Amino acid sequence: MNDVEGALEPRLTIGSEQLALLEQLSNTIGVSGHEDAVRSLVIEKIRSRVDDLQVDTMGNVLAACRGTTAERVKVMLAAHMDEVGFIITADEGGGLYRIERVGGLVTNWLAGKVVSVGRETLPGFIGTVPIHLLDESDRGRAVSMKQLRVNLGAQGAGRVSLGEVGTYATRFKVSSNTIFGKALDDRLGVATLIELINHAPANIDLLAAFTVQEELGLRGAGIAAYKMTPDLAIAVDSTPAYDLPVWDGSENTRWNSRLDDGPAIYVADRGTISDPRLVRHLVQAAEATGLPYQLRQPGGGGTDAGAIHRQRDGIPSVSVSVPGRYAHTPVMVARISDWQATVNLLYLALQRMDRTILDRSDDDYR
Amino acid sequence: MTIVDSLNGDTVENIKGLLRELVQIPAPAGHEGRVRQAIQEIITPHVDSIKVDALGNLIARKGRKAADGRHILLSAHMDEIGVIATHIDANGFVRFTSVGALFLRYLPGGHVRFLDGARGLVGVNIEPGQTKFPSMEQMFLDVGASNRQDCPVQVGDLAVFDRPMLEIGNRVVGKSLDNRTGVAVLIEVIRSLGESPHTFTFVFSVQEELSRQGAMTAAFASDAEMAIAVDVTTSGDTPQAARMAVSLGGGPAIKVRDQGMIADARIVRWMADSAEQAGIPHQYEVLELGTTDAQMIQVAREGIPSGCLSIPLRYLHSPAEMVDLNDLAQTYALLTRLLTGKAAF
Repeated sequence: MNDVEGALEPRLTIGSEQLALLEQLSNTIGVSGHEDAVRSLVIEKIRSRVDDLQVDTMGNVLAACRGTTAERVKVMLAAHMDEVGFIITADEGGGLYRIERVGGLVTNWLAGKVVSVGRETLPGFIGTVPIHLLDESDRGRAVSMKQLRVNLGAQGAGRVSLGEVGTYATRFKVSSNTIFGKALDDRLGVATLIELINHAPANIDLLAAFTVQEELGLRGAGIAAYKMTPDLAIAVDSTPAYDLPVWDGSENTRWNSRLDDGPAIYVADRGTISDPRLVRHLVQAAEATGLPYQLRQPGGGGTDAGAIHRQRDGIPSVSVSVPGRYAHTPVMVARISDWQATVNLLYLALQRMDRTILDRSDDDYR
Repeated sequence: MTIVDSLNGDTVENIKGLLRELVQIPAPAGHEGRVRQAIQEIITPHVDSIKVDALGNLIARKGRKAADGRHILLSAHMDEIGVIATHIDANGFVRFTSVGALFLRYLPGGHVRFLDGARGLVGVNIEPGQTKFPSMEQMFLDVGASNRQDCPVQVGDLAVFDRPMLEIGNRVVGKSLDNRTGVAVLIEVIRSLGESPHTFTFVFSVQEELSRQGAMTAAFASDAEMAIAVDVTTSGDTPQAARMAVSLGGGPAIKVRDQGMIADARIVRWMADSAEQAGIPHQYEVLELGTTDAQMIQVAREGIPSGCLSIPLRYLHSPAEMVDLNDLAQTYALLTRLLTGKAAF
């Protein structure tokens, strides 16, 4: 006997197959509004595993895996396909282009980076002044978008048009338990949904939404939820881990989430107060099965849940994120073990789901 | 100012009794369960049907529409602002952030109560020579713990202001009078409602203090022909107050405009005409900051003509909001008259 009930239930493993999928997803470019390549990849991976598959008017991929038991709850899982990046706003000739940001990017961190641009994913870079030529007084100065150019080299002259997009050219890497890559926010969520589609529980109707334009203000998720009309929804995303020492040695009170502490369950963020019944369900599922979990620090930030919960006559919603350091920079760092625990938390929580979790008898506190 | 003759003499006492009960129930946005249960118990005998929807709105139906009747939706939000724990430090102090629009100036020295009963006060650290008002990062909750292990509060726990209701002359002071006053008045209207040509959907809504999600989803689910939100508004009658032609004791404020909506002109006229005919004192509200459930109801589906009846209130979103009892009674009187007479259109 094991003293943790459910500890012997089958678990899902993140192995080479899952990491290869995440690598493909991370290396693919899908800047908000231009998710085509990610969408094609998602469709290719799930096509044979789902009962229903459609692409809606904005480009969300909506898939359904219908369960087999009677009285199934309709559960929407949402993960966004898009990532932050930039858009070409002017061609200055000779392979030099002006850009503007798409989504939450820090301008200073764009300078000096290798990028991938346009429909042809051309290699390029954003140049900056070498330290030899930089005045002492300019070293700490903020860079403005007006100063930055994407340089595609002479061969890149005229090869991209205004409105094409690009992002960092980081290649995915694995180092023991750690993964490095661009766009892990939210390709980790996308890969999680694909894994759950591959192991869809029989007791629910799993409605998987791979959404567009989350980084621009949750623009895709709302219409996806409107169409799916689920009984409840879970946004699966990535949240910054900021569990770093504070420079002055004081206690870190703004950690947001922590690497190695498992999936981050949301109680509240800027756009959503999570439904307390769903928070409780996830916490209980983790505790009953001995899986690690953490409560994400309440406060700012947001996920697709912010748009989903207010659709139609209301959809109880919660979010679960894989913690990752350095979100929206050229590289996010995450742990395979945190991802695996996230996949398993959702997998086991979904198996424990029926209508009773939406009972209102004791719904005001977890 | 005296209360108009048509009022039942018990009205003020009834509303005050409701208020006393409702104000002490903690119900931060998104966690309205307890106040909803209390309201449900009180109004169930007085309505035809009642249910709780997916987000936690309490929705009651009453009445059968006559030939000249309308389907009218009334909405009063149940939730209140609060705080949520974000970090427990090594010495057992709780760091927090806001749930809804919290004004920092009202926090230091205030008392809070967590949903599980833990109590605390808001402490503040001011740097030597600091002239700016302290930021939320400089504030913390002292819940009587001396280290992290003893702390009765966990990250994610919610709390609201903790303060008993106080009567000062003809005025009532307390936490969450925004919008328990609206709730209490609407309950009293429901309890005493006589013959009416209309059918009603009464919504006690959730999450108004966030983005009015409750009103949005409740309105989506209804097929109402017009709507009235019952909420509070700020006043311009305190020293050096921002200019606003609303005063405590001046009667219900008929909303013309706020930050989020222009009230339907026909409903504004209907409210004003009804008040004049009945000799009910009233004032017009033009609110620069803030909005109500009516904002979302107005644009639900293909649109629902909406207005708002506001109770004048001082010190909005503080632990000590103030209203005038006569205003509550007059709001009750006007609302009752609106719901039993001919509709706006």
